[in-house]
Amino acid sequence: MPRRGEPLFLERQNYRRRRMMDLARLLPVLGLFAFMLPLLGGPEGMSRTAANLVYFFLAWFGLIVMAWVLARRLSHEGLDGEEDDTREDGGGG
Amino acid sequence: MITFNMLVVVCLTYVVLLFVVAFVAERRAAAGRVDWLRSPAVYTLSLSVYCTAWTFYGAVGYAARSGLEFVTIYLGPTLVLIGWWVVLRKLVRIGKTQRITSIADLISSRYGKSNALGVIVTLMAVVGTTPYIALQLQSVTLSFAVFAERSPAQWAMGDLNATALWVAAGLALFTVLFGTRNLDANERHHGVVTAIAMEAVVKLIALLAVGLFVIWGVAGGLDEMLARIEASPLAETHFSSGRWVGLTFLSAAAIFTLPRMFQVLVVENADERHLATASWAFPLYLFLMSLFVVPIAVTGLRVMPEGANPDLFVLTVPLAEGQEGLAALAFLGGFSSATSMVIVAAIALSTMVSNHIVMPLWLHWKHAGATVSGDVRKIVLRARRISIAGILVLGYLYFRLTGGSEVLAAIGLVSFAGVAQVLPALLGGIFWRGATRNGAAAGLILGFATWAYTLFLPSFGPGVAMSAEVMANGPLGIDWLRPQALFGVTGLDPVVHAVFWSITLNTFAFFGVSLWSFPTPMERLQGAQFVNVFEHSSAARGWSHGAAEAEDLLMMAQRILGAREAQALFQRAAARQGKGGYLPEPTPEFIERLERELAGSVGAATAHAMVGQIVGGSSVSVEDLMAVADEAAQIMEYSSQLEAKSEELARTARQLQEANEKLTEISVQKDAFLSQISHELRTPMTSIRAFSEILMDGAALSEEQLRRYSSIIYEEAIRLTRLLDDLLDLSVLERGQVTLNLQRGNLRELLDRAVAATGSLDTHGRMVIERDPSSEDMPLRTDTDRLSQVFINLIANAHKYCDAEAPHLTIAVRHLAEGAAVDFIDNGTGIPKKSQDIIFEKFSRLSDQSSAGGAGLGLAICREIMDKLGGSIAYLPGQGGAAFRVILPAPQAEAA
Repeated sequence: MPRRGEPLFLERQNYRRRRMMDLARLLPVLGLFAFMLPLLGGPEGMSRTAANLVYFFLAWFGLIVMAWVLARRLSHEGLDGEEDDTREDGGGG
Repeated sequence: MITFNMLVVVCLTYVVLLFVVAFVAERRAAAGRVDWLRSPAVYTLSLSVYCTAWTFYGAVGYAARSGLEFVTIYLGPTLVLIGWWVVLRKLVRIGKTQRITSIADLISSRYGKSNALGVIVTLMAVVGTTPYIALQLQSVTLSFAVFAERSPAQWAMGDLNATALWVAAGLALFTVLFGTRNLDANERHHGVVTAIAMEAVVKLIALLAVGLFVIWGVAGGLDEMLARIEASPLAETHFSSGRWVGLTFLSAAAIFTLPRMFQVLVVENADERHLATASWAFPLYLFLMSLFVVPIAVTGLRVMPEGANPDLFVLTVPLAEGQEGLAALAFLGGFSSATSMVIVAAIALSTMVSNHIVMPLWLHWKHAGATVSGDVRKIVLRARRISIAGILVLGYLYFRLTGGSEVLAAIGLVSFAGVAQVLPALLGGIFWRGATRNGAAAGLILGFATWAYTLFLPSFGPGVAMSAEVMANGPLGIDWLRPQALFGVTGLDPVVHAVFWSITLNTFAFFGVSLWSFPTPMERLQGAQFVNVFEHSSAARGWSHGAAEAEDLLMMAQRILGAREAQALFQRAAARQGKGGYLPEPTPEFIERLERELAGSVGAATAHAMVGQIVGGSSVSVEDLMAVADEAAQIMEYSSQLEAKSEELARTARQLQEANEKLTEISVQKDAFLSQISHELRTPMTSIRAFSEILMDGAALSEEQLRRYSSIIYEEAIRLTRLLDDLLDLSVLERGQVTLNLQRGNLRELLDRAVAATGSLDTHGRMVIERDPSSEDMPLRTDTDRLSQVFINLIANAHKYCDAEAPHLTIAVRHLAEGAAVDFIDNGTGIPKKSQDIIFEKFSRLSDQSSAGGAGLGLAICREIMDKLGGSIAYLPGQGGAAFRVILPAPQAEAA
């Protein structure tokens, strides 16, 4: 029955959207974790600059790529966030 | 070899190019072709004003001194940008809906359009930014000096100070030309933003070029570069956790509290979607800007002589390697970094100064009103132009005073820490509705004072702004007030120490005072608007419909927005209202909209004040609205009172109706009684007459017949007498002519007597009377004869009317709050509800079902007696049969 299938589909899309927003909120926390991690490394806080340099730029670039994917997903679906959900819920159900 | 003159020519050419780009952009925007001017790419590139000369030159110097730590200055903004969904998105939305013109405007608008807060933030921003502008001037002059040193003979421009002055003057000219062309911030500074975007490209290319050169040109490859890093003094990185965390926090705060960053991030934002692009593109820009910093620093340390200024490695390394063209490009990169920062900072600060300091003062002095005085638009623009010049003069003076000898990075951090004081009020304001104006002011002032005391004043060096004595031992020798070891905290780096204490005290004061103080209505409205910006993106209502003249408003709007824009705005509004011409009805909606348009030019507080001057008496104030709301509340209360009254009326009507029904029923009863009483009187009279006639005839009557007839006459006469006695009794009681014969007695004795007296009625001996003698033992002082008459009546009624197969009467004594009560409860059918009301009335007899001799006067007499005795009698419903409760006279009788 198509009538049944439709809201189910929207529901799932809506759910994914919410999780995308959660990821958008969590991304800076992940970044913070990545950027603060080296503080724990090395005996007495000493570590090799070259290795750290490579680590930082890799982590940084990884974050940028994630932010890019996320920004595409989120802005594709509209920026209004929360209030969009109710509309979609209303349309779907 | 590049001569100094060539450099000046390159520089001037670049400046001309900048002017041309800005001019073309303005022209395109004016013609309505804003396509690429408002693209996400331009927005992202304009954010690069974050990367100033401090970044361009200073980051390498920073890396040469402290290794990897320089990267924290980019990590903070990266975290904020990739977390755009949380803070920046909200900030941009608020900026759009509320027409925010600057960070001071945001704070002022959030906290009830308070101009005091606007002034505080403006002053803080000016104090915090001035060193930063000085820093830019310094970097430009230093970079000039690098080339000048190589060819001293051609040093034509005199000393460094003169260079700085020329640069400052040139920047002021550019900023005035393109930064104050129009007033409506809605139209934005297309020229400036486009020029800034171009400068962003220039500095990125320059830095990347130098970086690529040192890796592949000097070191000879990536592996070799890494090996050189390993071999350099920077091979080991020592992470100082405090500085690492503190600086990341500081740079994260700076990305939206720096006035210039707020300007490009929020005010110049054309479309929220651009933010999504910038969320990854700007971190990428920062990533590229810092990618080659360490290689350049390592190469500089390797190829430059001992003691060379590492802040200028970007310039001196290519020069030392003989790459003059690359050096010139690097110079341009540094130059563009410095100029873009100064331009945007000057625009942002001048907006703040003119909106929050100059305009309020002007409005105050010209109290006559915005309509009658001169051209407001001109005054605003003039105020901005003067502000721009003033800010650059301040920066120049700071540069002269500090002698340009500071390490670049140090000034940058001092500035960051200063503007970061806005952070608690800003974040608290957009996420917490409980934040109040007083809280924000307390936090800002305390944080700023702490910053000045622990970082800003000491940054001039010991003995300049603060004596060495105070620095070392604290003011008046108070050890725990030492500027760099506040409250005895000595384990922190001075910058981290200052940030820690200023932000901590700031936050505590902000929350503490906010919790303690009570916001004005306007603050609460604005707070709700800001915090819930995604739920309802409309402005706060502030204007009530009234005497505001559309014409006056148009005159004012023309002076601020310009004639064409203002007329278009009014015409659109009139059309929306279905009117022709230029003058729409000054509805609250329209005035609200107009105020926001004006706020885009002169700031929320000023726009509010100006519209207030015109709308005048009918203005405004949420306090008025609150008063109206109060009135409404009163009306509601009144109407609820009316409702209560009408309910009372309904109740009375119901009671009247009941009374009426009762009267009608009594009237029916009375009629019935009259016929009954006639019948009652007539029946014995008839028999008396008949038998007395028989006796009179004197016919032959037997002795027995004679006795029987005369006894019938006798009994009937007794019955008549009793009836008449009752009637008499009742009328006596009713007219209060009865005299009570008080005497002592005992309740049990009275009941015994009553039961005994009614015993003759129980002809078949069926009635079971249940009593509890112990509870009945109760002394009384009353008219015992009358009381027993009541009891007799009640028991007799039970005998007469109880229709149960096995009649049963319970006599129970209870002690109630109102006194002792005697209940008489039988097990008959009881009295129907509709009759319960009238049984105590005279003449009431429910039916003729039982032959009963009474004429319906018994209960009426009982009631009269109990009234006279000071007690009462009532029907007790719901006992399973007829039940009467006699409440005995108050015990005072007994006590007497």
